[in-house]
Amino acid sequence: MIAGTATNVVFGLLRMAVLLAALDAAPGGRIAGYDVAATVTYVWLGQGLLAFVVLWGDAALANRIRSGDVVVDLYRPWDLQQALLAEDLGRAAYCAVTRLVPPVVVGALLFPFRWPTPERWPVFLVSAVLAVLVSFGMRFLVNASTFWLLDNRGVMALYGVATGILCGLTVPLDFFPEWARFALWFTPMPAIMQSPIDVFIGHGSLWLTVGHQVFWAVALFLAGRLALARAVRKVVVQGG
Amino acid sequence: MIEVRDLRREFRVSEKAGFLRRAHRTVAAVDGVSFDVAAGEAVGYVGPNGAGKSTTIKMLTGILVPTSGTVRVSGVDPSRQRKELARRIGVVFGQRSQLWWDLPLKDSFELLKAIYRVSAPDFTARLAECVELLELGPFLTTPVRQLSLGQRMRGEVTASLLHAPELLVLDEPTIGLDLESKERLREFLAELNTKRGTTLLLTTHDLDDIQRLCPRLMVIDHGTVLADGPLADLRAEVSPDRVLVVDLEDAAPPLDDLPGVTSVRLEMGGKRQHLAFRRDVTTAAALITAVAARAEVHDLAVVEPEIDDVVRRLYERRHLGAECR
Repeated sequence: MIAGTATNVVFGLLRMAVLLAALDAAPGGRIAGYDVAATVTYVWLGQGLLAFVVLWGDAALANRIRSGDVVVDLYRPWDLQQALLAEDLGRAAYCAVTRLVPPVVVGALLFPFRWPTPERWPVFLVSAVLAVLVSFGMRFLVNASTFWLLDNRGVMALYGVATGILCGLTVPLDFFPEWARFALWFTPMPAIMQSPIDVFIGHGSLWLTVGHQVFWAVALFLAGRLALARAVRKVVVQGG
Repeated sequence: MIEVRDLRREFRVSEKAGFLRRAHRTVAAVDGVSFDVAAGEAVGYVGPNGAGKSTTIKMLTGILVPTSGTVRVSGVDPSRQRKELARRIGVVFGQRSQLWWDLPLKDSFELLKAIYRVSAPDFTARLAECVELLELGPFLTTPVRQLSLGQRMRGEVTASLLHAPELLVLDEPTIGLDLESKERLREFLAELNTKRGTTLLLTTHDLDDIQRLCPRLMVIDHGTVLADGPLADLRAEVSPDRVLVVDLEDAAPPLDDLPGVTSVRLEMGGKRQHLAFRRDVTTAAALITAVAARAEVHDLAVVEPEIDDVVRRLYERRHLGAECR
């Protein structure tokens, strides 16, 4: 946890340096509505959200499907998807304290940081939880693809690359050209990371941002249910 | 407790057939299996690797949907009412774990208590019983990853009994255990079956498990049931021969001309002879007298065919039958 936070802070410093250098070179010292304070806040909040939403994905379920241990999960009297969601929410609550807060504190203490207006705080909390739900929905589908592919490492790797760029980690999605931002609006990607950041620093419409998150949280949860139901009926469970 | 009728499960197998092409063929892992298990029975389900044992178990527990045929376990259709079934039965997989790897054994049990919604007094009573009988006390607070296999298996069995299932399905429960751990586990399961009346269905390659635990044996091979009945009956059915082993004072030519003797195997150059004889033609006593008349006997023993032998002969008989066809 301490090692994780240390790495996280170093990368935060690097990202902040690169973005502030770009800002410095830009006319008027702003890019797409980002001034220095917004950029600092974007970087440090993003560093905190990384682990909170498990941006790059995880492989716990995929490994259990691959080894066949998923049979143990399937004969328990529970709904596997809901059980995993409960587990993930517990993990997120723990990460909120251990991984989300520290980089934000670093950013707020050492650099010009922009806190949200009081009425945005509750919306930010809702948006952050929705980001976990959307991320869970995506990770569940990526993991469940193992039922059909037998080995989902390719999908995992692709997902890791895609989320880094398309969720707003590399640069804020507002830096993207108009057409790309429009296209991303039709995917769940911004909802995983850029949305809670936007709510925090006050970019874009609150209700559109949160509405987009709600839509994808529900849609992905239902897609996951469907996928699991199909997998259980159609697909062979591995191993003797 | 269990009703299985004409159960069949096919798998599609892909094989490489050229650079990018795959040939597909359909293989029936379970091919028309029917049987019943009554409440309170203890049934051994044996067969070689790939015979269809685990596939059957997966269909009984609702994890795999049958291609055709019907299954009812504990009054429900397993694949349609998997959750309902899970509350009524317990499953132990010898090669998998239902415990949480990084948690102490006790915490795993607490989680299962919540998952199965076991009431606190029931939970305390059942856990206390298992802790006593399986001697879990010394490692109840040890993380599962640090337990020995024998300790973990005792934990696994406890985990599957906390909700007091009417049926316990065990898939190779004694695999990898040492003799003492095996014996302890068998003793516990035998008691569970006789005292609590829990129905047992177990697959195993260790035929001592069957001998110790299961009055009834089902033998499966190539997806079909080869034999089903009490061990003693199967023995009589496949090998009516018994064997008289005689140690002679001096080496002698094979005593294969004695009445009732069907075959002779020599050891130590003829000093020890294994005489297989037909029970319906002669008696052990008559044969001993006949042997004694021909040579000086030092020692002798009458041997029942080993259970391994019985099962092997069942397989052989099946394969011979297949060749004749």
